[in-house]
Amino acid sequence: MGRSMLDLWVGIFVVAGIAALVILAFKVGNMSSLGSGETYEITANFDNIGGLKPRAPIKSAGVVVGRVTSISFNNDRFMAKVSMAIGKNYKFPKDTTASILTSGLLGEQYIGLEGGGDDQLLKPGDNIRLTQSAVVLEKLISQFLFDKAAEGGKDKK
Amino acid sequence: MPHRSLPTVRSIGSNTIDNVLRLGYATRFIGLALAHSGTSFARPGLIVRELYYTGVLSLVIILVSGLFVGMVLGLQGYQTLTTYGSESALGVLVALSLVRELGPVVSALLFASRAGSAMTAEIGLMKATEQLSAMEMMAVDPIARVVSPRFWAGVISMPLLAAMFSAMGVFGGYVVGVVLIGVDEGSFWSQMQSAVDVREDVLNGVIKSFVFGVAVTWIALFEGYDAPPTAEGVSGATTRTVVTSSLAILGLDFILTSFMFRGV
Repeated sequence: MGRSMLDLWVGIFVVAGIAALVILAFKVGNMSSLGSGETYEITANFDNIGGLKPRAPIKSAGVVVGRVTSISFNNDRFMAKVSMAIGKNYKFPKDTTASILTSGLLGEQYIGLEGGGDDQLLKPGDNIRLTQSAVVLEKLISQFLFDKAAEGGKDKK
Repeated sequence: MPHRSLPTVRSIGSNTIDNVLRLGYATRFIGLALAHSGTSFARPGLIVRELYYTGVLSLVIILVSGLFVGMVLGLQGYQTLTTYGSESALGVLVALSLVRELGPVVSALLFASRAGSAMTAEIGLMKATEQLSAMEMMAVDPIARVVSPRFWAGVISMPLLAAMFSAMGVFGGYVVGVVLIGVDEGSFWSQMQSAVDVREDVLNGVIKSFVFGVAVTWIALFEGYDAPPTAEGVSGATTRTVVTSSLAILGLDFILTSFMFRGV
């Protein structure tokens, strides 16, 4: 095989390999969506985050507006401190409510933001005051069982 | 009179010492190859030639097996996910298993048996027919001329092959899942894109395949260079290359996975 044919084939090989990497990054991965855009960081304290994980989406009205960057434990208030990166072009008022929701019955957990009526906007580094914890299924079930048991006790009397 | 078990104990000891010695020699060997890589970068034609033999000639087997692995993942994943009514997560399942594990590991196993064994046989035969000694006679360092370009060709082509394997596998999963079975196309891609992280998943897969590339090429080159210069010796070395590098890939994969995907 001639020298130029060899070079041609190796060139095709390298180009195809790099093309595969680009496909993996853009078509399979989420490089294009909110990966590189400008963001600002806000925090929120939750009583219980349930199964929320870093990189979980932050949605407002169902639209992804940001991602959870880190989760840590706030030892002063015994709450979970969640930091999130919100896209620069999404502005929220100061009295926004952050709640931890689940997509579907067993789906992944995400943070839902619901804007309030305040004139002032959340600035980078601000803390969201109004939060709503994740629904813990065990607590819900045990509460239901206790209620049922209490009802059953009343009926007997 | 020595105890019955003495020969066994003795052979365990001598085997251990032999293996440690070989490991030391292998480390010195790879150090030499790296130290001489300047020469092969000064003559990129050598690396390009080896890229053709290790990379381009492995393309067909990598692409075809990637396609079939992806198609099987699509079928099996659909069967399992449909029991829980979540077949829209098929894209996530196919993409994550390919990008994180199957892409790097299976393509490295194929690479070891396709390109690694050929490297060992070639260098072993060069040694058996005294071509390496002839080079030394002509003041050409066989490590710089023969070993180092092959090492770099293997290290460069392995991540590219693994990426092509994963991309082909995702395409195979798409063909079976969306085109043949009829999973919704929009949720297939969008759930995949929201679950696969570029740094966390894709980049870690590339790092894995890079490590496998180093391990496989190192083992293949060393086994060839160290092979006894006989027909039997070369065939034994070729077998050892495939066995050792397959075990190394799977062992390294466990270690890398436990470091990369801890908890998150």
